[in-house]
Amino acid sequence: MKYNKILLDHGSGGKASHQLISEILLPLFDNAILAGLDDGAIFDIGGKRLAFSTDSFVVDPIFFPGGCIGDLAINGTVNDIAMCGATPIYLSVGLIIEEGFPVEDLNRILYEMKRAAQKADIQIVTGDTKVVSKGAVDKIFINTSGIGIVDDGIHISGQNARPGDKVLISGAIAEHGMTIISHREGLTFESSLASDSAPLNHMVKKMLSVSKKIHVLRDPTRGGVGTTLNEIALQSKVGIQIYEHLVPIKPDVAAICELLGFDPLYVANEGKLIAVVPFDDAEKVLSTVRENEFGKDACFIGEVVDENPEQVFMITRIGGHRIVDMLAGEQLPRIC
Amino acid sequence: MAIKHTQEYRDPEIAAMLIGKIKQTSRKPFRLMEVCGTHTMAIFRHGIRQIIPEHISLLSGPGCPVCVTTQREIDTFIALSGIDNTIVATFGDLMRVPGTESSLENERACGKDIRMVYSTYDALNLARKIPDKKIIFLGVGFETTAPTIAASIVYARQQGIKNYFVHSSHKRVIPALSTLMEDEDVNIHGLILPGHVSVIIGMDAYRPVFDKYHLPCAVAGFEPVDILKGICSLVDQIESGHPMLENTYPRAVTAEGNKKAASIMEHVFENKDTAWRGLGMIPQSGLKLRDTFEAFDAQKVFAVEVPKSEEPRGCACGNVLKGAVTPPECPLYNKTCSPTSPVGPCMVSSEGTCSAYYRYHSNSL
Repeated sequence: MKYNKILLDHGSGGKASHQLISEILLPLFDNAILAGLDDGAIFDIGGKRLAFSTDSFVVDPIFFPGGCIGDLAINGTVNDIAMCGATPIYLSVGLIIEEGFPVEDLNRILYEMKRAAQKADIQIVTGDTKVVSKGAVDKIFINTSGIGIVDDGIHISGQNARPGDKVLISGAIAEHGMTIISHREGLTFESSLASDSAPLNHMVKKMLSVSKKIHVLRDPTRGGVGTTLNEIALQSKVGIQIYEHLVPIKPDVAAICELLGFDPLYVANEGKLIAVVPFDDAEKVLSTVRENEFGKDACFIGEVVDENPEQVFMITRIGGHRIVDMLAGEQLPRIC
Repeated sequence: MAIKHTQEYRDPEIAAMLIGKIKQTSRKPFRLMEVCGTHTMAIFRHGIRQIIPEHISLLSGPGCPVCVTTQREIDTFIALSGIDNTIVATFGDLMRVPGTESSLENERACGKDIRMVYSTYDALNLARKIPDKKIIFLGVGFETTAPTIAASIVYARQQGIKNYFVHSSHKRVIPALSTLMEDEDVNIHGLILPGHVSVIIGMDAYRPVFDKYHLPCAVAGFEPVDILKGICSLVDQIESGHPMLENTYPRAVTAEGNKKAASIMEHVFENKDTAWRGLGMIPQSGLKLRDTFEAFDAQKVFAVEVPKSEEPRGCACGNVLKGAVTPPECPLYNKTCSPTSPVGPCMVSSEGTCSAYYRYHSNSL
């Protein structure tokens, strides 16, 4: 690594994060389960296949339209487990709170966590609370871990995409990331954006009930759809081709992205999934996703191809081609 | 918001018609330069290079404000962040640009108070909210950015805000165009002129340069249909042998420009000789605060020691900015220089040519 200090980029979910993981973390903790680099670990214990995942939440602001750090922390881990093709069952919660944090805000966050847990049909069964001195964290950080069960016959992995597969997205992109950015201190325009934070486990269960052949499931959180598709292309050693005019995005989200010079393909989502599905099962999986409350705008955005392995390409609206690379560095708002 | 409006300018049928026209009219090989970084990025994002005839080359020019900011200026910004009791406020693009020893991003990681802002209004707000700190805003940009920064200075004076300062590294497009025309390394047959800058300065501002060099010129907008219209106009001019100064972006650009913006710029700033990365010193191409506003002028208020600046060795940014080489021809491109660890500024800014190549271009295209 060129820098001897950790920069914000190393947490952006893009190339720098991958570099940090592959150069520093993986060599130390090397094992076959970790090496899969999926959203969660899948392993057998006592004849049962389990999925296990963890995630930390440090979002600023902690309250935003469409949710707060609390429901985000539940949905995030629920979704990571669901993306393993598993049914999430139990979650742990770790709270790190800055001294002086208002109890009223804490209550509000915990209440939203309870509601999110009910909605996702999981239980919080263990936890931990730490309070640190002023400035040691920013208001509140939350870690959640979760465990779920993988049914027989389900084999979901980022390594499973095959040429001919269809690439499905469960709805419009970039809503969470642009909501957060437009509510950060310093940005002074009004918008009607709301985060898409949602549990996707019930949707995944229905999807797997109509097709056990789904190859890949991913929730395109940090780094966005562009980075997630690149991860799949790399892990499966295939090319992925998407079509600009098929990628769903709401007009106000698109407009704010334009204004700030952000590419929506690299903006975070918290209630969307990407599924890579064999051609023959694609239509029935799509119609199942559309029946779900969080999948009404689902559609296909492209397909897996033989050409250009480990790369993602986009056919633009006007018929041009361009590469969709992994996010390289946190997106920076432009000058003009 | 006016997204429906932009969709009209991304219409595949209109685009196809323009491409058809370009293919029909264009006979001989030629090289066009898009002066503006936003054009460079839009051309890549929409995949325009692959849909126009191969014999039309599109070269990027010196129109990315971060990219033409010299190493010395970047080092000065970094030095400013070291002054006690200050907050440096900057547009995001500048954060990652490497100076000789460090970058603003790296300094922030070391504990310096450096904040990304989205507008001068945000920087002014910081000054108001934190009156015991000095807020230094890094003024980088062309005529598109300069008027809002001029307005912020006028406003700060009206409101009696005394802890707001601007370090002006603003640059003017017209003097740079003249320098480009005189440069022996520059070999181009037509210019795609920047839409945003033209909204402010107006078509008339280009007249002296056009009258002197008679190079085909088209002011263009930034949507794919806009850019194709600009290219179409240049193809017509080149094939017919009649260079013109054509406005293909009339929905935004007028002959005289935005007079209000021009007058506030004139009120606050005066021209000065300024160095550009890649192009060198260009007379009267920069903007500094007038003496009447010196209380807001970071260059006058703060004396910082800036260590000797060195351009990164092997970096071809200077020649990339003149369209003399393409990014893949730089020995560092995609080897030691990439967006995660950029060596030169053209790899950093979202408007930078190297960044555009890296993000959107592949050899297999």
